[in-house]
Amino acid sequence: MSDVLEADLHPKTNDDVLAAVQWAAAEEMPLEIIGQGSKRALGRPTQTAHSLDMSGLSGVTLFEPEELVLSAKAGTPLSEIHALLDEHNQELQFEPVDLGTMLGGAAGYGTLGGLVSTNICGPRRLKSGSVRDHILGITAVSGRGEVFKSGGRVVKNVTGYDLAKGVTGAYGTLAVLTDIIVKVLPKSETEQTLALYGLSDAQASEAMALAMGSSAEVSGAAHLPTNLANSNATTLLRLEGFAPSVAYRIEALGKLLADFGTHERLDEQTSKAQWWAVRDCLPFAGENSPVWRISCTPSEGHRIVETIKASTSADAFYDWQGGLIWLQVNEGDAKADLVRSSVQVNGGGHATLIRADATTRQSVPVFQRQAAPLAALSKRYRENFDPNGILNPGRMVGA
Amino acid sequence: MSGLLMPALDQDVLSRRAQIVSALQSIVPGEGVVSDENEMRVFESDGLTAYKALPFIVVLPETVAQVAEVMKYCGDNGIKVVPRGSGTSLSGGALPLEDAVLLVMSRFNRVLDIDYANRCAVVQPGVTNLGITHAVADEGFYYAPDPSSQIACSIGGNVAENSGGVHCLKYGLTANNVLGVEMVTIDGEIIRIGGKHLEAEGYDLLGVITGSEGLLGVVTEVTVRILQKPETARALLVGFPTSEDGGQCVADIISDGIIPGGMEMMDRPAIHAAEDFVHAGYPLDVEALLIVELDGPEAEVDYLIGRVEVIAKKNKSSTLRISSNEEERNAFWAGRKAAFPAVGRISPDYYCMDGTIPRKELPTVLARMRELSEQYNLRVANVFHAGDGNLHPLILYDANVPGELEKTEEFGADILRLCVEVGGVLTGEHGVGVEKRDLMPEMFTEDDLKQQQRVKCAFDPDQLLNPGKVFPQLHRCAELGRMHVHKGNVPFPDLPRF
Repeated sequence: MSDVLEADLHPKTNDDVLAAVQWAAAEEMPLEIIGQGSKRALGRPTQTAHSLDMSGLSGVTLFEPEELVLSAKAGTPLSEIHALLDEHNQELQFEPVDLGTMLGGAAGYGTLGGLVSTNICGPRRLKSGSVRDHILGITAVSGRGEVFKSGGRVVKNVTGYDLAKGVTGAYGTLAVLTDIIVKVLPKSETEQTLALYGLSDAQASEAMALAMGSSAEVSGAAHLPTNLANSNATTLLRLEGFAPSVAYRIEALGKLLADFGTHERLDEQTSKAQWWAVRDCLPFAGENSPVWRISCTPSEGHRIVETIKASTSADAFYDWQGGLIWLQVNEGDAKADLVRSSVQVNGGGHATLIRADATTRQSVPVFQRQAAPLAALSKRYRENFDPNGILNPGRMVGA
Repeated sequence: MSGLLMPALDQDVLSRRAQIVSALQSIVPGEGVVSDENEMRVFESDGLTAYKALPFIVVLPETVAQVAEVMKYCGDNGIKVVPRGSGTSLSGGALPLEDAVLLVMSRFNRVLDIDYANRCAVVQPGVTNLGITHAVADEGFYYAPDPSSQIACSIGGNVAENSGGVHCLKYGLTANNVLGVEMVTIDGEIIRIGGKHLEAEGYDLLGVITGSEGLLGVVTEVTVRILQKPETARALLVGFPTSEDGGQCVADIISDGIIPGGMEMMDRPAIHAAEDFVHAGYPLDVEALLIVELDGPEAEVDYLIGRVEVIAKKNKSSTLRISSNEEERNAFWAGRKAAFPAVGRISPDYYCMDGTIPRKELPTVLARMRELSEQYNLRVANVFHAGDGNLHPLILYDANVPGELEKTEEFGADILRLCVEVGGVLTGEHGVGVEKRDLMPEMFTEDDLKQQQRVKCAFDPDQLLNPGKVFPQLHRCAELGRMHVHKGNVPFPDLPRF
């Protein structure tokens, strides 16, 4: 078998996956789980002799637009899913993020399994939740080499623990996903964005809070400071829905925010382009300095950035009303302690190192360390799926 | 489930009762420990009243430190613990055990923080679901998930059961509206997950805890998302000559890109019972009655009402009314909201089921249910959260007729098996509890259930928290943890490779 062991594993069926994991479990042989490799630079690098290439386990197995449900093999390219949903004017409402360009690679890659395993969603988080809020069911092979499923194809389901959520965002460290059932939703008929100009980070925070607290049903609230906007700090407030509704709401929102200076209405096409850039973190594309993704209390976002900037040169912009900060450190190392302590003293949250070379991601905890009791619980949780630590070992260290 | 088998009583624990009472009294002084049989009577069942058991000892802690100490004491001494909120569970989630401390969280009834800028509220678990809305209503906000027991049920219980409600098609279940929890595990550790930030770090333990039916820990604080109240709401009341037409109308509304705030359907027996009771003006000559509620900005609601009207007519609606004011809208809902008591009027007892099916299977499921109804000679009325496929069949029976409860339960089990058979699930929002525990193998393989139980082992290795609920068979954690090595018979060489 030695020549076989040198090779990567390329399962084509669920049984192949099961056989591969059972073999790895028996041999205590770590596996790196890979789809198209588009998110390989996320998380702590794993060092394994073998990889489990899931791209051969591909294809949509069920799509019922009227039932708002789609099921696909974990290795199915997202591009295929987007195209299919497009045909039916539907979408994954959590706005899958494509970090390819920002990470220095190509855009347009990634599989459903990778998307679920990283749980990184876009601007609509504020209104529609994250990836985990749209995963209805999964089938997977645990690190023990056992097939298990959780959830189902219906939205309303409280039968047993929700292990579909339980494996979402686990970076493949608990189980190898083989099948994923996801909730799909109709696309909005149209969208417009109200853009405010020239606001400071603190003023933008106020404006976004006011907008989000109104009944305008804002589905995106972002702020780009001057140096990351074209010439003037830009605050974006997106409204989506049926045309008469969007027209009505943008009028009301403009009135509500009259005190925040001039504003402009961006039409559907301009709006889409702006939000695409925010979603995929394009302001930091084309560079290679460290980038952090910080999840924090929305109203505290600008204070966190202010605290960090007092000690080092950094650029930052805000999504999720300030609750998501994309921050690029401009000089020296990743400044993990500074970033994380700044979050800690401003309402809490956590910071994940998204862009950094492999050496940095080996030495700096990519994921924020948890308080001791939670860290111990997380460890026991992982060990109950993968006792020998054979699946993406170390990838999520810090969590 | 009438012959419900619960875990064997721990005689050792039972024999130490006086000592345990006094230890608990030293942790929770004053009236926080109830050990008198008569006083404990009030806790002997939850919303699933067919099942009763006297608790071993009832404890009503007031502080997180007390909860942690009680849990640690019970954990260290091998004493089982059953958590309880308001006791409105319809699946026996809070059914006491005779050798378990019943940990009642009702004194945790304070709203700790309302943060409008971040649209969230931090509350203690004993605050009622509606209590959160009341606390934020002055500023025009509300808490979206609205289980029908919302006036009484606690938010801690909602987290335990992942409660839904009429509006969860558009606004999500509890799991989608909780940002963080503080929880005490059986070893007395206080764990905080999430908070005011939108995403917790690490594994999604919040997602696992929500809906875990009190088997993983006791929630002592909850951070929930609050929303600005929609500007307005209007409803359509639409009757159809067949359930197929009604079902197709629901599908067409959703296909048109419309996600209503609420979309409820009733079948003929439920319509008649409701109309007889509240005189809501429901049509009596229809097989299916659909309430579609649209909420949001006025311009949107008016526009969508028109679109839904066209869709309804296209689907052969035989009656159609549109609310023009709040009074009319409330009248449309009056019958639906009174459906359970209405059915209670036409039968000595009724048993409420809670399966979810793919929406398109509704006509098939209703037809099969009618057959089962004849076979068991028991009437059934259906209310249906049509938007998300959550079906509540109400089986009418008389508990005073010997054997009729058992027959009803068999009928109910058949209905749930039918739900699973057509691609649905055993429970949409009421939970497994003791009620559906023994049906779990209908939906899950042994390995599925073992993996779930391993998750429990991570939280509660001695399985002291709410045992006998959710899982039909209790495996010891040591047994579950054992690796079965597949060495030697691995078909590895058959893997395609390059």
